[in-house]
Amino acid sequence: MIKTLTRRGLLQTSAVAAALALGLTACGGGGNAAPQQTVNSDAVEAALQKGGKLTVWAWDQSLKKVAEGFEAKYPNVDVNLVNAGTGNDQYTALQNAMSAGSGVPDVAQIEYYALPQFALSKSLAELGQFGAADLDGTFTAGPWSSVQAQGGVYGLPMDSGPMALFYNKQLFDKHGIAVPTTWDEFLEAGRALKKADPKAYIANDTGDAGFTTSMIWQAGGKPYKVDGTNVGVNFSDEGSTKFAETWQKLIDEDLLAPISSWSDEWYKGLGNGTIATLSTGAWMPGNLVSGVADGAGKWRVAPLPQWEKGANSSAENGGSSLAIPAASSQAALAYGFLKYSNVEEGVQARIDGGAFPATSKDLASEKFQNTEFKYFGGQKANQIFAELAKNVPAGWSYLPFQVYANSIFNDTAGQAYVSGTKLKDGLAAWQKASVKYGTEQGFTVKE
Amino acid sequence: MSVQTAARPSSSSAGTSSQPKIRTPRLRFPRAARSRRSRRSLALTLLMGLVLLYSLAPLFWLLVNATKTQDGLLNSFGLWFDGDFALWDNIARTATYDGGIFLRWFANTVLYVVLGAGGATFLAVLGGYALAKFDFPGRKAVFAVVIGAVAIPGTALAVPTFLMFSQMGLTNTPWAVIIPSLISPFGLYLMWTFATEAIPTEIMESARIDGASEARTFFQVCLPLLTPGIVTVLLFTMVATWNNYFLPLIMLKNPDWYPLTLGLNAWNAQAGTAGGEAIFNLVITGSLLTILPLIAAFLLLQRYWQSGLSAGSVKE
Repeated sequence: MIKTLTRRGLLQTSAVAAALALGLTACGGGGNAAPQQTVNSDAVEAALQKGGKLTVWAWDQSLKKVAEGFEAKYPNVDVNLVNAGTGNDQYTALQNAMSAGSGVPDVAQIEYYALPQFALSKSLAELGQFGAADLDGTFTAGPWSSVQAQGGVYGLPMDSGPMALFYNKQLFDKHGIAVPTTWDEFLEAGRALKKADPKAYIANDTGDAGFTTSMIWQAGGKPYKVDGTNVGVNFSDEGSTKFAETWQKLIDEDLLAPISSWSDEWYKGLGNGTIATLSTGAWMPGNLVSGVADGAGKWRVAPLPQWEKGANSSAENGGSSLAIPAASSQAALAYGFLKYSNVEEGVQARIDGGAFPATSKDLASEKFQNTEFKYFGGQKANQIFAELAKNVPAGWSYLPFQVYANSIFNDTAGQAYVSGTKLKDGLAAWQKASVKYGTEQGFTVKE
Repeated sequence: MSVQTAARPSSSSAGTSSQPKIRTPRLRFPRAARSRRSRRSLALTLLMGLVLLYSLAPLFWLLVNATKTQDGLLNSFGLWFDGDFALWDNIARTATYDGGIFLRWFANTVLYVVLGAGGATFLAVLGGYALAKFDFPGRKAVFAVVIGAVAIPGTALAVPTFLMFSQMGLTNTPWAVIIPSLISPFGLYLMWTFATEAIPTEIMESARIDGASEARTFFQVCLPLLTPGIVTVLLFTMVATWNNYFLPLIMLKNPDWYPLTLGLNAWNAQAGTAGGEAIFNLVITGSLLTILPLIAAFLLLQRYWQSGLSAGSVKE
C-alpha cells in the first residue's frame, strides 16, 4: 500500500537516507540490549531438525560447499546463499534492508573491522544466548577477540588472516638480496632492489587503511580505545610512530610501487617481478594461484618482518565472521548454521576450498600443517601461517565507525603517498577527521 | 480525404519514383556549392578524425582484449592482439561460468528493456500526444511537473523509491526494476514536442469529420506520423534501461535477477576478494557481448531516428 508522503514522512525518509549514506544507524536506542532469553543448545538442535528456509548473505565462494554439506546433514533446512555484494557494498545493502525493515537475511558475512559498528547499533543478535561464550578457546586469540564487542559475542569467526611476508624468491635470488626479517632490513632490501633493477619495487602501496592499521597492530600500537560509546583515537603512540617513520622512508625514496592492490596492474606486477613482496593475510595463496598464474614456483612465504630483531609477532589482516542480524526471525536455526560452518564440519569444507581457518584445532592438525603448496615450490606454508596466528598482539580494537573511518583514509593519511604531506601528519589528519565524525554521531571521543 | 497526404513529410526520404522529379535538381545545387567549401575545412576534418579516434579507441580496446586469455591480458600490449586468439573460448566460458549465469543476466536485461523501455515509450507516446493535441484543465500544471521531473536525476530518487518498494514488498523482484523504468519524463517531453510539430491539427479534424473514433484517429492517423519520435524515445529509454546500474544495485540482492551491468560488476569485484578468482578476461568478453545488442539496435533504428532529426526544420 502506498501512503501519501507527508512532510514528516519526507523528513523521515531523508533521515534514513542520510543514515544509509553514513552507513551507521545512529539511533542505537538507549544502551539496553533486547531482553535476552537464554536458548540452550537443545533449542538450536530442535530448530535444525524442524528446518526452514535460511537466507545467507555472503560473498565468500567456499560457503557453497558448506551450504551443500549443511543441507545434506539437515534435510529440512533450505539454504539460500546470496552474494549481495562484496565488503562495503554488502554492508550498505544490509543497512538498507535493516532500515526498511524487510529483506533482512538470517545470516550475514561481516568483516572483523566492520563488526563493532553493527554490534553497537544493536543490529546483530548477541550470540551468548545460544552458548557462544562456551566457544572460548575454540578459535585463535586474534579472531576471537575480533568478534567480541559491547561485552558480548556478535559473530563466529569464519576465517583469519595472520599476516605473513609473501615474496618473489626468484627476484631476490637473481639480485642476491637476503629476505628481510625486520622492517629495517626490509627498507635496506628495498634500496638494494631499486639499485639492481630500477623497474622493480620491494612492495606496492598507494595508501590502504586496513594495511596501515594492521601494521600498527603488529608494532604494538593501540590507536583506538573503545569502551561502549566512549572512544579514544590517538595515532601518536609508540607503535604508530614506528610504522610512520619507517614507511615515510620507503615513500620518500620511491621504494613503493604506485600500484593499488587488487587492480589488474597489481595482478600483473605480482607476476612479472615489478612487485617483490606482499605483506598480507594468510588467505592470499588462493588468490595467487588463480590470479597470478605466472608466479607459480617463483613465490615463497616467510614470517612477517619484525619491528624488533628476534621478535615474533604478527597481526590480523582481513578475515570475516558470520553474524545473525537482530531482525532475523530464525536466530536459533541461523546459529545452527553458524556453528556448522565455523566450528563443525563446515570448517574442513572451507579449508579444502582454500580458506584459512580460525579454529585452533584445525590449525594444529597434521593434515593442515603438512599441506605442500605447489605454488610455493612445495613449501609447507601453513606451518608458518599457523605459528603467526598464535602471535597476534592482544588488546587491539577497531572503531565502532571503522567503515566510515577507512573510507576517508585516502583523503587524509593517504595523501602522504601522493603529495608532500608527511605520513605522521596524515595520520594526525585522519585522527582529527575520525574524532569529528564520531562526535557528530553521538560518541564521546577523546584524542 | 486528405488523410493520405499526411504521410508526405515522413516518407519523402524513402523517395517514391513518381514524385522527386522536381526535387532532385534543387538538392544537387547546394551540394556542389558545399564541395567547394570543404577544401577550406581541413582543420575541421582533422578535428573530426580525432574525435572519431577518441570514441572508437575504447571500442577497439574492448574488441582486442576480448580475444586474450587472463594471462595474455596481463602480459601483452593493451592495444594489440596477443599470440593466441581466445575469443571463442572466452565467449564459451563467459556463457558457462558459474552455471551459465551470464545468459540468465542477459535474459533479465532483455526482460527489463522490453517491459521497462517498451512500456516507458508507450506511456510517453500516449501522454505526449494527449498533452500536445488536447486542451484540458491542468495542462499547464502537468507541464510544470514534467519539466521539473526532467531536472531530477533518477539516482536521487533511488533510495526513497527503495524504501517505498520495500514497504510494498516488491524489492528483490523484477518489478522493482521494471516499474520505475516505466517513467520517462524526458521521453514524455520529447514526444509532446514532436507530436506538436508532426501532427497538423487539421488532419485530426478531418479524420473526425470522416467519422473516425478517437482511438482510430490516434492509432491509424497520428501514430504513423509519430514513428520517428517514437523510435527516438525508444532508443533513449532502451539505452537508459540497458545501462541502468544504480536502481538495480539498490533494489536487487539476488544474483538471479541481476541485469548485465550488476552481474559484470560482481564478476569484476570477485578479483578483489580473498579466495575469489580473478576473471578479467570474462568480464571484458562479457562487456563486449553486452554492448552488441545496443549497437545492433542503433544500426537498425538510426534511419528512423535521423528522419526524426529534421522534424520542424522546414516550415511548410
